[in-house]
Amino acid sequence: MIGLTLASGIVLIGVLGLVLAVLASGGAPTFAKFGLRFLTSSRWDPPHQEFGALPFVFGTLLTSFVALVLSVPVALGLAILLNEPISGKITGPLATFIDVLAAIPSVVFGLVGLFVLAPWLEQHVEPLLHTIFGWVPGLGMLFPALSRGVNGRVIGAGGDYFVAGVVLSIMILPIVTAISREVVATVPRDLREAAKALGATRYETIRMAVLPYSAQGIAGAAFLGLGRALGETIAVSMVIGGGASVGASLFAPGQSIASAIASQFNGATNALQRSSLLALGVVLVAMSFGLAAVSKALVGRGARRLEPTPADLADPDPGSPVTAEAA
Amino acid sequence: MATATANRQPLATALTRSRRAKDRAFSLFLMLCAALALAPLAVIAVFVLVRGAAALDLNFFTKLPPGSLDPPHTGGISNAIVGTGMIVGLAVLISVPLGIATAVYLSEYGRGRTATVIRFTANTLLSTPSIIAGLVVAATVVTWTHSFSAYAASLAISILMWPVVTRATEEVLRLVPQELREGALALGVPRWKVVLKIVIPTAGSGILTGVMLAVSRGLGETAAILLTALGNNYMNTSYGRPTAWITGYIYFWARQPQAVLQQLAWGAGLTLMMAVLLLSISARVVSVRRQRRLT
Repeated sequence: MIGLTLASGIVLIGVLGLVLAVLASGGAPTFAKFGLRFLTSSRWDPPHQEFGALPFVFGTLLTSFVALVLSVPVALGLAILLNEPISGKITGPLATFIDVLAAIPSVVFGLVGLFVLAPWLEQHVEPLLHTIFGWVPGLGMLFPALSRGVNGRVIGAGGDYFVAGVVLSIMILPIVTAISREVVATVPRDLREAAKALGATRYETIRMAVLPYSAQGIAGAAFLGLGRALGETIAVSMVIGGGASVGASLFAPGQSIASAIASQFNGATNALQRSSLLALGVVLVAMSFGLAAVSKALVGRGARRLEPTPADLADPDPGSPVTAEAA
Repeated sequence: MATATANRQPLATALTRSRRAKDRAFSLFLMLCAALALAPLAVIAVFVLVRGAAALDLNFFTKLPPGSLDPPHTGGISNAIVGTGMIVGLAVLISVPLGIATAVYLSEYGRGRTATVIRFTANTLLSTPSIIAGLVVAATVVTWTHSFSAYAASLAISILMWPVVTRATEEVLRLVPQELREGALALGVPRWKVVLKIVIPTAGSGILTGVMLAVSRGLGETAAILLTALGNNYMNTSYGRPTAWITGYIYFWARQPQAVLQQLAWGAGLTLMMAVLLLSISARVVSVRRQRRLT
């Protein structure tokens, strides 16, 4: 029994080793030929055997960053709401709905994103963002003017970096909320009650006792969400528009690393293109493992910073979910 | 908490207007967050339900995909339903026994460095992007056999499902009371028999929940299968050939201009959502029933 089960564990290690070995050996010809230029060149040109990953790395980082900016404040709000409900009635249903959101398959986000969200964002939200931020020096470059057709409607590409970022922000919301909720739940009850006893309002309690204590863990939750966003494939490739551009505009169509692999690997005809796509896989894995490690360190350290008192142990916070993904 | 509520009235009158305004604004922000989280869910539910329901009929489940010039309601995704069953079915056969075995090692035998490394590996695989699993199987199995195939897809999603089963199972195995194990061991039952006859049956419904989680991950997977099974517009029941699967048609047809195909994509979306929801609801029912039995 111990032998069989141990064997399965060792096979599991072997699977991970195999994954890394296949990626590394498959990507080796590309790294050998282009070296660091693979990461800095923005020319991805299969017919001419020129492969630079920069546009895809850029697309991945830009969309994930948009997702993070949009989802972290909402996730934090939800975490606070779920831990210290304004009205006890909403906590249960709200938590259930967020779980349901987490269970929706990626391709369904892509479907709704493509047919519903992309047209709406392109016609209404993007022009509005241009009006609000377009004049700001520097920042305005992210929100350029949109070209309109003769009927006055915005000519949309059927998706761009911004649309992909919004779709991603919805997709990572449940996991960022779950981790933030766990982190917020580790704030010792004494701290909150001390603040309340001093007459602090709910807002003041959260700002002075809860947030400073859990800031680090929330940063960890954000990094975990970022890691999720980086690797998301199908939904992104449906709403990111396609193409390979490096520019400041959020409203340009592009590709992410994962969407480039998904859309090109089956059609890759020459060996160097296949190798370059595997090399993209190496870059993606390095990015997502790195972020997972940072996130784990931050969440773990945040929880350990103040050792729980015997009172905490005797009276554990009832609202501390432990999800399989969190561990 | 109760005392805080009782004292709120005198306290509230002592608050300055600006403090109260800030508190009120903060409460509003929290409600806004709840609304922002629920709005996308509502939009997805309404669109998938309305547009998907319009596509569903008997042909949807029994016919092959239509040509792009065929009238609506003449084609279906029967080949994809069969293909999904084949791919996910084989993946369950691979990943569930392995996943449970790994979890048994971690919870019953695992001590020290080996267990730490295995647990770390499971977590790492859990955070691996799914496209990577597809890419690796495509670069090995698909390349070596010179063919996209259903079993390559099963292998790819097994890599994703295995750690899901392991993590969920380990968690429930740890909840099995130590006294049960010790009682059986004290009666002279060998260790392996304790695990097989006592620990696993006690945790049975919890393990089932983990399996359902893994199945719904496999059902919803697109990227990994795209690179390994490719797709097929005909009925295929051979594991060695390119195979159609449900999420694949959503991905392909959503980007086709023909309304007939787009409608089928919505239908497939609804079918998929129903299957995943059913799985997660039954997983929840099973785990609630288990908790009730244990308390």
